[in-house]
Amino acid sequence: MPYKSSVPLFWRLKKSKYNLIGTKCNTCDKVFFPKKSLCPNCRRRGNLDDFQFSGKGKIVSFTVIRVPPEGFEKYAPYAAAIIELDEGARLSGQIVGDFSKVETGKPVRAVFRKINEDGNEGLINYGLKWELSE
Amino acid sequence: MDIGIVGYGCYIPRLRISVDEIARVWGTDAESFKKGLIVEEKAVPEMDEDTITISVEAGRNALLRAGIDPKKIGAVYIGSESHPYAVKPSGTVVAEALGLGENIMVADFEFACKAGTAAMQCCYGLVKAREIEYGLAIGADTSQGRPGDALEYTAAAAAGAFVIGKDPLATLEGTHSYTTDTSDFWRREGEDYPSHGARFTGKPAYFKHVVSASKLLMEKLSLKPSDFNHIVFHMPNGKFPLTASKILGFKNEQIEQGFVVKRIGNPYSGSSPVGLCAILDAAKPGDRILMTSYGSGAGSDSFSFMVTDKILERRDRAKKTEDYIKNKKNIDYGVYVKLRRKLKI
Ligand SMILES: [Zn+2]
Repeated sequence: MPYKSSVPLFWRLKKSKYNLIGTKCNTCDKVFFPKKSLCPNCRRRGNLDDFQFSGKGKIVSFTVIRVPPEGFEKYAPYAAAIIELDEGARLSGQIVGDFSKVETGKPVRAVFRKINEDGNEGLINYGLKWELSE
Repeated sequence: MDIGIVGYGCYIPRLRISVDEIARVWGTDAESFKKGLIVEEKAVPEMDEDTITISVEAGRNALLRAGIDPKKIGAVYIGSESHPYAVKPSGTVVAEALGLGENIMVADFEFACKAGTAAMQCCYGLVKAREIEYGLAIGADTSQGRPGDALEYTAAAAAGAFVIGKDPLATLEGTHSYTTDTSDFWRREGEDYPSHGARFTGKPAYFKHVVSASKLLMEKLSLKPSDFNHIVFHMPNGKFPLTASKILGFKNEQIEQGFVVKRIGNPYSGSSPVGLCAILDAAKPGDRILMTSYGSGAGSDSFSFMVTDKILERRDRAKKTEDYIKNKKNIDYGVYVKLRRKLKI
């Protein structure tokens, strides 16, 4: 039976999504998430290695989603934010818990949660969301 | 060399629903439930939490305390009766999320509320046989009671995780299991909620197994109740473990530290593991701990641990049980019904 979301696509991205593994350029010391195969600063002089982020960061900006995309209806309203990781890279993600407490600049930490499900029969997709640190 | 718990960690979801709130909806007497069960409120998972996600969080805390390279974990066993998939082991997702690598044994365990302690025994055996360097054993559940059923007042969510290996913070001195064919509680494949033999769950089931396993372990190790500083039994409610402890000759102060049931309810496979985490949060080097689980069907696993001085340097590396218990938000029955998908639309 075919499923709505792309099983192979999710599977390919899963490793870096589950564990916050990005890349670091040893030439310019910049970190990237998701992984890059070429350093945008150094080009061919770049020297990239896998890099494990700590899972801590802060909220750069956010918005409250009241009309969510298909598959996320039950979570609404929820906050979606741009997060700057302590090590430098930026990414977007869902903030768990009470959206009224979300503020720009507040520290967050990564938590492992269900992202969405393909109904009662399909796969459950897991990944990282963000929780306000106390 | 000594083998035991190298790192431990728990996870308790933030939401709570009180016995008062459930009793309000069903028009029952909250005071008599609270007094009878010795439970004030229970932990409820968020909509995006399940046995896999809470196992990952508890496992992360256990790895932080162990302070080892996650790739050295050779086995991960998760005991639960609420695995999200009927076919596809929870451990496959948990192992990958924790970065344990691919050279690893994975299997999900089932034995009602004692599946997590069965996982601990298997890890212990594999380490002792030198098949693996470290094993990760997790007991986790997001349990459900049928709306209006007595179980609804206590069925909760939480996870406890233990890295088992050498150089432990609590040495495993011995373990003993006691198992019989007793049908006190069951759930048929495809059914949403469990069934139970009401009054049958006490004497021939819980008490017989918990008391026998604990007694037989103490005999095996030539130990008596006064040799233990802390004890923790499976906590389906508050009354059962207190009664079992009295039958065995323990004092109330021995059971206090791990008595988490009053504030989080009964997270099934997570019950005695979270109680053990609460004890380790406070134990001193040289303390001896007795843990006895119980799983319907029925069986008990009993363990004796001796806390080492490694506890002092590892304890503060991760969130403690009390941090999770205190960081809470109470919800009403309407929100609870929505979260737990008790409405069939
Ligand atoms: Zn570069």
